[in-house]
Amino acid sequence: MNPMQSKIEAAMAKGKVALIPFLPAGFPSRDQFWKELEQLDAAGAAVIEIGMPFSDPVADGPVVEKASLKCLEDGIDLAWIFEGLKARKGSFNAALLLMGYLNPVYQYGLDAFGADCAAAGVSGLIIADLPHEESGFVKQAMAPHNVALVPLIGLNTSLDRMRLYAEDAQGFCYFVSVLGTTGQRESLPERIREKLAEARSIFTIPIALGFGIKHPDQLASFAGLMDAAVFGSALITHIATGHTSTQFMEPWQ
Amino acid sequence: MKKGYFGDFGGQFIPELLMPPLLELEQAMQAILPSEAFQSRFTAMLKENVGRPSAITHCPNLSRDLGLDLWLKREDLNHSGAHKINNTLGQGLLAKMMGKTTLLAETGAGMHGVATAVAAAMLDMKCLVYMGATDVVRQAPNVNRMRLMGAEVVAVESGTKTLKDAINEALRRWLSDQETTHYCFGTAAGPHPFPTLVREFQQVISREARQQFLERNNNRLPDVVVACVGGGSNAIGMFHHFVPDPSVSIVGVEAAGTGEPGCDNSAPLNLGTDGILHGMKTKLLQSPQGQILPSHSIAPGLDYPGVGPEHAHLHATGRATYVTINDAQAINAFMTLSRREGIIPALESSHAVAYAIEHCAQLKGKSVLVCLSGRGDKDMAIVDSIL
Repeated sequence: MNPMQSKIEAAMAKGKVALIPFLPAGFPSRDQFWKELEQLDAAGAAVIEIGMPFSDPVADGPVVEKASLKCLEDGIDLAWIFEGLKARKGSFNAALLLMGYLNPVYQYGLDAFGADCAAAGVSGLIIADLPHEESGFVKQAMAPHNVALVPLIGLNTSLDRMRLYAEDAQGFCYFVSVLGTTGQRESLPERIREKLAEARSIFTIPIALGFGIKHPDQLASFAGLMDAAVFGSALITHIATGHTSTQFMEPWQ
Repeated sequence: MKKGYFGDFGGQFIPELLMPPLLELEQAMQAILPSEAFQSRFTAMLKENVGRPSAITHCPNLSRDLGLDLWLKREDLNHSGAHKINNTLGQGLLAKMMGKTTLLAETGAGMHGVATAVAAAMLDMKCLVYMGATDVVRQAPNVNRMRLMGAEVVAVESGTKTLKDAINEALRRWLSDQETTHYCFGTAAGPHPFPTLVREFQQVISREARQQFLERNNNRLPDVVVACVGGGSNAIGMFHHFVPDPSVSIVGVEAAGTGEPGCDNSAPLNLGTDGILHGMKTKLLQSPQGQILPSHSIAPGLDYPGVGPEHAHLHATGRATYVTINDAQAINAFMTLSRREGIIPALESSHAVAYAIEHCAQLKGKSVLVCLSGRGDKDMAIVDSIL
């Protein structure tokens, strides 16, 4: 079983929603980033999503985009991410996931990327601009390194398309809560419950709800329909205003 | 060949949430485009609203000056002043017949934005145009025209504040408004089916030009066909019906920016590498780490770090040759065509005209057919600021 799935299921076994925080690599600074990861891990994150900054992040809202562009200005690249993770391999309880866009991964070289993921203790990958139709060559390259490509689905994903994604999905299924970009929202669409139930009928792996999540109270109405919550923009905003990851994670315990 | 690919280039590298509207568009292309209802209305619009067929114009003075036989395909004579209207009326009509109520567009030089605003007004649809903040300033007349025709123009402040960032923001908007909105993509680039769809609407350029040239030249084809290439929609339209003619040399002209070594430019086919951006695998200006580099051209419509995938394929197979022209050479062509033939070309088109001027020695005695993709009124402020 992929480490991401086993970590999420360990939280589920305790009757909890598994926590999946997202932070762009190098945010808020090169040094502080690693301290934030340690805090997120210590606060019980099941999976930590590390953002791979990209110059043109079309699926991201303004908070993630701004943070990612700052990281790029600070010289963050995949080599820096892998070097830092390799130096800390084995020190995280949470499973590690890299999230970003295809071009930087493609330029790095898919086989080298998969090998470095394995060497750095990364067990999952989310590529925001890689739908099922184009994903074959990436999955093929990642498979020998046991790096799972996590599927992203959403409110407009048909049952047929869910089945395509479910065929060989590993780790967890990332359900995008809104038709839009990442970012905090005051309320989530009503249709989520219905679509989550559909996803539940198709996927045998855990389901994580993401995009627009900023507080655990938002999740109450989705109890039983999802297993994990992903939050990024709210965490980034919290850190950017001088607070710590530990403080952010407290209400979620 | 894999669906949506031109050789190794193309594809649908886009968030899953955009796949349903792309699939819906693909199905509409197959069902609606060939229908009599669509074709008869579209043909009538091209004739009555655009003014097609556009002329081909012989340039006697410049031909004499340069020692070649220079012809222009006059897309500048189209309603709204550029080739863009062929595509926006086609996509607008398709969207209307799909039941969409809003046309969403991105624009660089503003010509696609203007053409989308025209289509939306004609078809009684709403229009929303994203435009880089830098381009909003340098193409102010077009912004005014769009607003006059009822379009909402949104200045994009992120990134380099040019076309690339306008596309990013338009894609984000489409994510959230896909049920009512058609993304009227402005060039033969982006995710499948846009490169094919835009070519479908722009190939009227070469269909007419080929026929017109044969009629005017005793059934002879031109030796060379030339068009400027940003995203590449006027060029793919100009090239399409000449691709099967082995005697015709096909030349695309990319923008070299200032032309200085290491400068920002807009020449991904000449200076870029394979990569993935805006839904397609193509040639890109990018760092070794895969970050998209800023581009530059004095012509806002060419200021894009990528290029349509069919051009990447024509480049890779050698069927078309792609060269570069720098800002100064384009300005010279702008001035030269204005003075010698009384035609003020868009700065984008000036790059294509400049090819004939700069390479006249090797083109001596040949017939050269250049796509004049748009008129230069919109560029007067840019040129005035330089001269």
